[in-house]
Amino acid sequence: MFSIGERINGMFKSVKDAIQTKNPEAIQALAKKQLEAGANCLDVNVGPAAADPLEAMGWLVKAIREVTDAPLAIDTTKPDVMRKGLELAGPGSIINSTKGQQDQLDIFVPLAVEYDATLIALTIDENGIPRDANGRAEIALRVVAAAMEKGLEPQRLMIDAVILPVNVTQPTPGHVLETIRNVKVLSDPPPKTVLGLSNVSQSTQLRELLNRTYLVMALAAGLDAAIVDVLDTELMDAMIASEVLLNRAVYADDFLKAYRA
Amino acid sequence: MPFEMPVEKWAAAVNEVTIGATSAEGGTRTSVVKIGGDTSLPFLHFEGKTPNRPVIAMEVLDSKPESWAAPLEQALGDVAGDPAAWAKKCVDEFGADMVCLRMAGAHPDQGDKSAEDCAQAVKSVLEAVGVPLIIWGCGQAEKDNEIMPRCSEVAAGENCLLGAATQENYKTITAACMADGHKLITEAPIDINIQKQVNILVSDMGLDLSRIVMFQATGGLGYGMEYAYSIMERTRLAALSGDRMLSMPMLAVVGPEAWKAKEARTDAETAPEWGAAMERGVSWETTTATCFLHGGTNVLVMWHPQAVSLLRKMIDSLMGEEA
Repeated sequence: MFSIGERINGMFKSVKDAIQTKNPEAIQALAKKQLEAGANCLDVNVGPAAADPLEAMGWLVKAIREVTDAPLAIDTTKPDVMRKGLELAGPGSIINSTKGQQDQLDIFVPLAVEYDATLIALTIDENGIPRDANGRAEIALRVVAAAMEKGLEPQRLMIDAVILPVNVTQPTPGHVLETIRNVKVLSDPPPKTVLGLSNVSQSTQLRELLNRTYLVMALAAGLDAAIVDVLDTELMDAMIASEVLLNRAVYADDFLKAYRA
Repeated sequence: MPFEMPVEKWAAAVNEVTIGATSAEGGTRTSVVKIGGDTSLPFLHFEGKTPNRPVIAMEVLDSKPESWAAPLEQALGDVAGDPAAWAKKCVDEFGADMVCLRMAGAHPDQGDKSAEDCAQAVKSVLEAVGVPLIIWGCGQAEKDNEIMPRCSEVAAGENCLLGAATQENYKTITAACMADGHKLITEAPIDINIQKQVNILVSDMGLDLSRIVMFQATGGLGYGMEYAYSIMERTRLAALSGDRMLSMPMLAVVGPEAWKAKEARTDAETAPEWGAAMERGVSWETTTATCFLHGGTNVLVMWHPQAVSLLRKMIDSLMGEEA
């Protein structure tokens, strides 16, 4: 699984403080720690409270680039902040994210092409989040068509079927799994699929148990990538075991160690 | 409608490994071989690179084999029993890229030669030829732990390929390999999971992954060749997908396995309907080697010079313009 580390996010107090006090060491330590824990990519989000998001994104990406060349997922809904992040992060970045309505796709698909980036597209449009899997697949199809039209190949698209907290809407985890399966027949080669995993357990009890159980289910449905807390060792162990059981990684007695090598 | 070649994009490549050291690198070899580095399945030049051609190592035993098929006796009988002369013949007459010196005579049931005898054989072969060496034990764990450190020591600095570390017995040979600057063969019994585990075990000891060549105890044509092939292919796919613990080049022992088959060994008088023994044996070895070549093997250990010559032509044609 392609693991996107979620911790560099201004929603976390330590990150918010680091942004406010311009403390690059705290951010750099968090970047390194997540990469050591198995992150293939780092999500970068200035958080809702940033006074000047454009400036904050520039500062964050520069601070991270001083210690690693790992791919970054620039996490913002604002096109100017996105462009700034992509510029500083370099090619191979991820745009996190666009919604599925046309006016958004018109902005973010060309950005992905221009910056040689992968585009995460949420199955949300002007009507909000669809009630079921069919509605999600419809938006995904629109996204794939828009991408192909502008020359963004499907493998550089990641469809995020938008998981919601299980204590808010219990049918959604099932709808999202169905969407992950359906997305794979939209094109050949198909787009990738991604989840912002931790949302499934927002404001619930036993969050880690819910997270890792749902991740295993989503992987079995064909999930390619997830934005996760890579520092949750049990979560990552469950992910690795799933990769082995799904025959995506070759078994060895020390399979956890091998995967992390 | 024009045909469009389906091209697979891979995330990773096979490790590139150099075997042998010239005087500039602290050894005495006159040539070195580079293997691996492949960025696609074998010979798909439209898809990726096969930067280094597969190499042919000819096997030399430290003592004359007890029973040999007539075609082998005919080709190699004059030098069998003299490892230096045998190695020289393989290089000078048959053009071997490497020599694989196997200490068959050290096996407790097949001569029980001492570590010192084995070390002497290594020295004599190093002096006789300039190509890089594979030095392989007798396959009996306890005895190998006795002879291989000594063999490794007398070849220190030559950057040889030592065989073989197994899941049950890897510590002594890995330590010797690291101490004397060699490369290591990791062996598994036609089992990709064990292969991966041995690689993890030796790397845990501190051996860099770039110093490993993998070997699946091979079966010849008719005796499990297809199992070995499918595991090689799966191993290569894992390497190209980025599995670092399976990203090493691969080696296959073809000669001894192919000539174990009764179809290769039996003489024409016993089985007249099978045709001439010479062609049969050579074909058996060549076919087995060709199959492993397509499985992604980077080093082929061969016996019969005619099979070597046929295999070389095959490699030439498969390498095409990259040859």
